[in-house]
Amino acid sequence: MMNQDIYVVIEHLRGKTADISYLMLAGARALAQATGGEVIAVLLGHNAQSLANNMAADKVLYVEHPALAEFTSDAYQRTLAGLIAGKEPRAVLFASSSIGTDAASVLSARLKLPLISSCQSFSADGRPICQICGGKIMAESDLPDTTTLLTMTPGGYKPEEGQSGKAPDVIKVEAPSLDNLRVTLKQYIEPEAGDVDISKEPIIVSVGRGIQNQDNIEIAEELARALGGVVAASRPVVDQGWMSTSRLVGKSGKKVKPKIYLALGISGAPEHVEGMGESEVIIAINTDTNAPIFNVAKYGTTVDLFDLVPALTEKLREVKKV
Amino acid sequence: MNVVALFKLVPDLVEELEIDQSGTALNTDFLRLIINELDDHAIEQAILLKERSGARMTVIGSDAEGADDVLYTAVAKGADQLIKLMGDPNAVINNHAMARATAIVLKELQPDLILTGVQAHNDLDGSIGPLVAEYLGMPYVGYVSGVNVQNGRIVVRKEYPGGLIAEMEVDLPAVVGIQSAEQPPRYVTVNKVRQAMKTAAIEERPLPALDVSGGAAIRRMFKPESATRAKMIEGSTEEVTARLLDIFKEIGAL
Amino acid sequence: MPFRETFWNIPHWAEIGQYILGLLTILVFAYGVFRRVKRWRMGQPEKRFDQIGKRLWSVLVDAFGQARTAQDAYAGIMHLTIFWGMVALFIGTALATVDWDVTHLFFGFQFLINGAYILYELILDIFGVLLLVGLGMAVYRRYFIRPPRLQPATAWQNALAQNVDRDDAYALVMLTLITLSGYFVEGLRIAVSKPEWSPWSPVGNALASWFIVTGDPTNRTLHLTLWTIHILVAFILIASIPFTKLFHILAAPLNIFFRSMQPAGTLIPARNDDQVGVKEWRDFTWKQLLDFEACVRCGRCQDACPAFASGASLSPRNFIISLKTHLWDTSSGHRLHGDVISSKELWACTSCRACVQVCPIFVDHLASIVDMRRYLVNEGEIDALLQKTLANLGRYGNSFGQSERLRVKWTQPIQAVIKDARKEAVEYLWFVGDYASYHVMFSDITRKTAQVFQKADLDFGILYDAERNTGNDVRRVGEEGLYESLVEKNAAVMSKCKYNTIVTTDPHTYNTLKNEYPANGNNHPVLHYTELLDQLIAAGKLQINKKLNYKVTYHDPCYLGRYNGIYDAPRRIIRALGCELTEMPRHGDRAFCCGAGGGKIWMEEQPEVKERPAESRVREAAGIPGVSTLVTTCPKDLVMFCDAVKTAGLEGKILVKDLIELVDEAM
Repeated sequence: MMNQDIYVVIEHLRGKTADISYLMLAGARALAQATGGEVIAVLLGHNAQSLANNMAADKVLYVEHPALAEFTSDAYQRTLAGLIAGKEPRAVLFASSSIGTDAASVLSARLKLPLISSCQSFSADGRPICQICGGKIMAESDLPDTTTLLTMTPGGYKPEEGQSGKAPDVIKVEAPSLDNLRVTLKQYIEPEAGDVDISKEPIIVSVGRGIQNQDNIEIAEELARALGGVVAASRPVVDQGWMSTSRLVGKSGKKVKPKIYLALGISGAPEHVEGMGESEVIIAINTDTNAPIFNVAKYGTTVDLFDLVPALTEKLREVKKV
Repeated sequence: MNVVALFKLVPDLVEELEIDQSGTALNTDFLRLIINELDDHAIEQAILLKERSGARMTVIGSDAEGADDVLYTAVAKGADQLIKLMGDPNAVINNHAMARATAIVLKELQPDLILTGVQAHNDLDGSIGPLVAEYLGMPYVGYVSGVNVQNGRIVVRKEYPGGLIAEMEVDLPAVVGIQSAEQPPRYVTVNKVRQAMKTAAIEERPLPALDVSGGAAIRRMFKPESATRAKMIEGSTEEVTARLLDIFKEIGAL
Repeated sequence: MPFRETFWNIPHWAEIGQYILGLLTILVFAYGVFRRVKRWRMGQPEKRFDQIGKRLWSVLVDAFGQARTAQDAYAGIMHLTIFWGMVALFIGTALATVDWDVTHLFFGFQFLINGAYILYELILDIFGVLLLVGLGMAVYRRYFIRPPRLQPATAWQNALAQNVDRDDAYALVMLTLITLSGYFVEGLRIAVSKPEWSPWSPVGNALASWFIVTGDPTNRTLHLTLWTIHILVAFILIASIPFTKLFHILAAPLNIFFRSMQPAGTLIPARNDDQVGVKEWRDFTWKQLLDFEACVRCGRCQDACPAFASGASLSPRNFIISLKTHLWDTSSGHRLHGDVISSKELWACTSCRACVQVCPIFVDHLASIVDMRRYLVNEGEIDALLQKTLANLGRYGNSFGQSERLRVKWTQPIQAVIKDARKEAVEYLWFVGDYASYHVMFSDITRKTAQVFQKADLDFGILYDAERNTGNDVRRVGEEGLYESLVEKNAAVMSKCKYNTIVTTDPHTYNTLKNEYPANGNNHPVLHYTELLDQLIAAGKLQINKKLNYKVTYHDPCYLGRYNGIYDAPRRIIRALGCELTEMPRHGDRAFCCGAGGGKIWMEEQPEVKERPAESRVREAAGIPGVSTLVTTCPKDLVMFCDAVKTAGLEGKILVKDLIELVDEAM
């Protein structure tokens, strides 16, 4: 018999809880208010119980097993399949991430449960609102009548809302047999070291597709220098090899929260916004008036960046000289 | 080795998107479809595998405007077999249905490895790759940016935030969701594609009756509200420069 | 009575020996030529036997008259004196042979007697001096001035450079030896036989005075020795022509005869059905192989090349020399692509055509570069940005990757509606082009163009969202299939429109519409907007209300100037506007490319580039005292130069404007 609780699959990597987990707890709270259930965090791990301490959840279900120390899709899927089928919650939230999406779709097929992806927030009556088409379209769906799986993207809630000073009750759940796994972690490969850590920089000048080619990155670098900041990039720029992966902002890159985030020629796809949406002041420069980046930016302009950026650099240099 | 690349066509975001009268779907009058960018990477990764290890490569997509182009382009790049799933293109928005139908065709082909884009921008009910994997009982790993075959298994590079890479070993047969190929998708000339049109054959397979369960029922679609929209700074380059300088001062960046 | 005493002091055996040697020389020479021709014939077929009259005329002007060689004063004088000196002496020798061995031997009659003989001696002596002057200039230039364009490339393997050096030195040494030994033979003959007409051989006579002291019979022995040397050197020289750089004596006129008679703006289509371009040297046409073989390494192309000047990997001279060497390299196993010519070289070319324009023997570097690019494109060996652009062009029909519907976004603020040429007949079909339609910097200028047309009461229309990139640069990138598909799409729309004349904003668009679309059925006249405005001003249909009084200089866009010879129309307009025009040092057909053409604007910059061509060009413009504005008539120029003004730090010193902006201002 289905209950009204909202489960959140906690995402953690190498001993650290990902921000998205707290953000999901906040989302789950909003949904739970509509359904009238509890918010229950689901933590899979090995010696990871302490991670539960600051979670704003009513309860934490903790599954302990050496095979769950680090994420592998097979082990997570098997563990969660049993747990969800047994408990029948109203909804299960996964992060729309490298970990969450590996698990959610497979479980939807295995348990024959509906799945709604890229959910950003919930309406007051508990309908998921999803962001699609590179952030250009929002879609509001009905929450199906059965246990529903959802993947969550950032933008609707803040991680702080999902944290609490009071440690929730932790209930240990037996792990299923995790032998003969078809997917195993061989090793982690660290990102290139030695570069600046963009997540600690207060001023970031970030470039996207609109920069057109590698040489043009120089104008962004000059502006960053004039501002006393560093350059970063969105996925297409890094994919082209124009900037190193250590400068990548977004879902697959770093998450940054600078005081100023200058987005040059960045369209603002959700994958990028995920990495910079919480910056204090976002200033977007993009010739496309309809670019979704203007929906997260505080200030925007459609002046061509190739005109504006050099002009701005020069003015900044003048000001700093005086 | 049998490698299959799956692709789907998605609305081209270069064109302005409009919502139709029902308010629950995109207006298809102006809609122009393009291959999902990550599926293009999946095809490239499959070609690279074929070049490295002599795999046989099949490309599968469902019938929609532009699907033939994608298929012929794939042959021009090196694909061996092309399959187009014929059926109601409007149903394609439901990934569960597509994955179930595709799985039936895939069973016949007995692939060792299935590659597809890890996601598409119009996914509303999960992504094709993991769904197909489960319907076929294969393991799945997504967010992958490199695949190597080693001793009958594959080693994939799975991407995590912050540039961290996890090397995972996966039993075959398996499904892999590609985030990016080891090199950007290659260019093929118009002539090569035209040649492919003359020589290659697209196998058309009927889509079985679609079972759309497991997807989302959209109640309404809308464009993001403008309430959160940026304050737009208008004017000449000089004026915008001056205003930005003021903003920098206000924030205390100067 | 003055007469020509041929074979004076020459024993009979030497005379016979000379003829045997001569026969041998002819055999070696013939073999050498045959060997070369055989190699050319291993190339692909190409038709170059049309318009024989025009071809012969070009040989007369450009081979014998050396019109292009003479454009460089020092090198021109140097080469002309050597060339005509050798021609005169060769004719002299031929006359002497006929005089002695034909008319005298068989008919007992000589024509080199009396006044004719005296004149003959005098003329030959003078031409001999000219030849020596030319050779002296050549030695001084090559070994003392040492202009960079004559230096071997550092990248060459030493063996190749040494061969080239030796080949160059050989020609100079042999020619000098022939001339000097000839004079000495003459001098010794005069010293011994002391004919009374000897003052008519001033050089020989002067040399004779040196030998009075040695006297007979030493002088006779000396004479015979030097005569033998003279004859041997001459025969060796002739025999070696097909094996050394001297081969250009034959190959250059041939190359000029077989040069393309097409308009400069018509590129030779990809040949094979599968259009894969040139993979191996045999894929070049015989004419291209002749291009490589005829080259004498004068290096003018290198001096004119914007890619070379910028520090990029390409030197059109080295390109041709490498290909020529590769043609005969059967043992090294070097591959044409990669080992002989790098892809970097091929992608550095801006297709500006400056190299082709200055080549004295009409080598077409560009045709070969594009043919090799076609292979690279076919193999997918293109940089990421170009790849993206080609994909955009294929999908959206524009290089910007924007929606077709945004092509006419620039028209939005315009009040009067611009006619849709697809819906109503117009006199002028305005082909706006990608840059003028989509580039943010240009939309205002494109609006001004429309307003100028409207004020001139021009009956014009545009194709709206049906216009596609015309493909001029797509073709020069080497993507022939994409070019064809763009042509097909444009032609399909244009065939349904009613119009008299096409007018374009972009010289690149203009070039292909004018010179290449006719092959696809467009027979309407094509005008660049400057030609049209020039006509309107001349006819009094365009009122200039305001004299502008600006001091300007004008940049000739490659595809307007060099490609299509339009130099005067824009200048007439500039003057009609009341502007004072000062030319840059490099103008007209020597104008320096902005670096955007041939698809370069769609490629990533090569890291070797030190000074971008556009920066060099704006510095050139800013260097003219009093000039405040650099005027151009090509959207790509405007974009490149505006950017270059910033990167070169010349803001405030020079303004970049399209001519239409000035016209609009003056109306």
